[in-house]
Amino acid sequence: MKLVAVTSCPTGIAHSEMAAEALEVAAREKGHEIEVEVQGAAGAPPLDPQVIASAAAVIFAVDAMVRDKERFEGLPAVEVRTREAIDRAAQLIDQAEAAAGQSPAQRRVSAATPIAPKTTEATGRGEKVRRWFMTGVSYMIPFVVGGGILIALGFTIGGAVEVADIQVIDEGQIQFPGDLDVGFATWLGALSFTIGVVAFGMLVPILAGFIAYAMADRPGIAPGIVGGLIAQQIGAGFLGGMVAGLLAGASVNMMKRIPVKGTLKRMMPIIVYPLIGTLIVGVVMILVVGEPITAATDRMTDWLDGMSGSNQILLGVIIGLMMAFDMGGPVNKVAYSFGILALEAGNLEVMAAVMAAGMTPPLGLALATVLRPHFYNESEKQAGEAAWIMGASFITEGAIPFAAADPLRVIPSLMVGSALTGALSFVFNATLRAPHGGIFVVGLIGNWVLYLVAIAIGTVVTALAVNALKAFHRTEAAEAVGRKEVVLGA
Amino acid sequence: MNISIDDVTGPEVVTIDLAATDAPEAIAELAGLLEADGRVTDRDTYVKAVLAREEETGGTGMESGIAIPHAKSPAVARPSVAFGRSATGIDFGAEDGTKADLIFLIAAPEGADDVHVTLLSRLARRLIHESFRSALRAADSPEALVASIKREVQL
Repeated sequence: MKLVAVTSCPTGIAHSEMAAEALEVAAREKGHEIEVEVQGAAGAPPLDPQVIASAAAVIFAVDAMVRDKERFEGLPAVEVRTREAIDRAAQLIDQAEAAAGQSPAQRRVSAATPIAPKTTEATGRGEKVRRWFMTGVSYMIPFVVGGGILIALGFTIGGAVEVADIQVIDEGQIQFPGDLDVGFATWLGALSFTIGVVAFGMLVPILAGFIAYAMADRPGIAPGIVGGLIAQQIGAGFLGGMVAGLLAGASVNMMKRIPVKGTLKRMMPIIVYPLIGTLIVGVVMILVVGEPITAATDRMTDWLDGMSGSNQILLGVIIGLMMAFDMGGPVNKVAYSFGILALEAGNLEVMAAVMAAGMTPPLGLALATVLRPHFYNESEKQAGEAAWIMGASFITEGAIPFAAADPLRVIPSLMVGSALTGALSFVFNATLRAPHGGIFVVGLIGNWVLYLVAIAIGTVVTALAVNALKAFHRTEAAEAVGRKEVVLGA
Repeated sequence: MNISIDDVTGPEVVTIDLAATDAPEAIAELAGLLEADGRVTDRDTYVKAVLAREEETGGTGMESGIAIPHAKSPAVARPSVAFGRSATGIDFGAEDGTKADLIFLIAAPEGADDVHVTLLSRLARRLIHESFRSALRAADSPEALVASIKREVQL
């Protein structure tokens, strides 16, 4: 079990440190992981938000105020004086373990008054799921940032259209500029692009693996990652990956509840969890999730084809909604393929709408983190900075960290902005003669000034919508949890 | 900067035979050692701060037989720790009534936030470990005691 703790005392020299040491020793003896933040004179660094997100419970061993207590909101908590932690650390660890297993309505951190908040069963469970998603997202962000920027860099160096057409690794053979008959800059761009694409290939597996990790600790990782890879292969996108992660975490947690003894007990984490967990997730993802997605994709494609003759503005709205719905998932892919087919058939307006609508989600979120930074945690702010570059490069995946962390508020906002931009792209008669590249293919865009206006409008609308929904959520949560949230949301 | 445990303590501020029989006496006795060594400039002011803290927290005694009375005070010249061992044990208000036989008096200057405070913190952390406490109980001279502190805390 993963635990976090905060210790503090007025002078911050002795008791907070001793309590920290006692908790660390006791947790280790019981086979738990613990990270302790000492709010004392020595100024230990604050706990990584990612560590807090994946913790099962928090222990406060404090004689003074806990700084920034709202970070722990939603976690089961045990609160004592430092002395108790020093004298009876082992008992305290047991208590935290028990608190972690309690129903969500009991003993939770409230950022507000000492009066226990009226947390309903439902919001408690929602918070828990949100924490699982946040953990997955926090591990995924480095892949998004690294991969996204490498892809954008590849576009810059080698040209967006060129680099995507070159295979630097072709059937196991490394191709050099001479082999490919291209310039060195193009090849270098393609190299950067290739590495970025590999990093992007890990987004969904890492998201799934670490959602499962947050739920079921280490045994969750393998089934989760495999489930994520399958989600990728069946084209289920990040939403499919989130399903795979939940599935993996739940199946491992279920196996953990099976009472076993002796040798079998030792075998469980070594053989049973990885074997059965991966099997369950794999079978469900392929047979239960995969098949309907394929069928639905086909039907959507047919349906969208039928739309091509109708009202262009409506088509722009539909393309926008689809592009922003799952960012690389099946719905997005249908819209994107539709754009490619139209492009090949000589209709350049559809592709323009597709790209514009795919650029606003990351751009809008990047803007949103700048407008209301306190709505977003540190890792989201970092993702926001990288999202500028990704949005400008038509790498819609830059929005995934936000969407996976808070899908119900983020995805609808993205869809509104993209629908507007998609429609405007048609209204402005914008055209595009490349299947990707974003700002890097501005030379291939017809009516590019108005096209950029369409993107800017969608970006602003997305940002305002997502922050409005987040503010609304804050107010709601504030009613349940207390006054502090209102201050944060204001 | 090269910091050493010698900067914060030494045999001069260690006694393995405390005369005091109660907590205020013990604090005053150890504070006297700190003052004599030039580590505390005004014993009374410092002792007052320590006692105030003791009162506020109900004593710094712990069930493992240690007590770490401490305070930050402008009357402290530099971060220091004095140590006293009591044969009879002294009541420092441990939850279960255990008398403290290992007493660390920690003195930090006001606003101290430097490496020496970190060193004191590390020393406090080590006190959680039974092996360290046994070594402190077994030491037969102030020098031996300081040596075992050094072993434990020095990196």
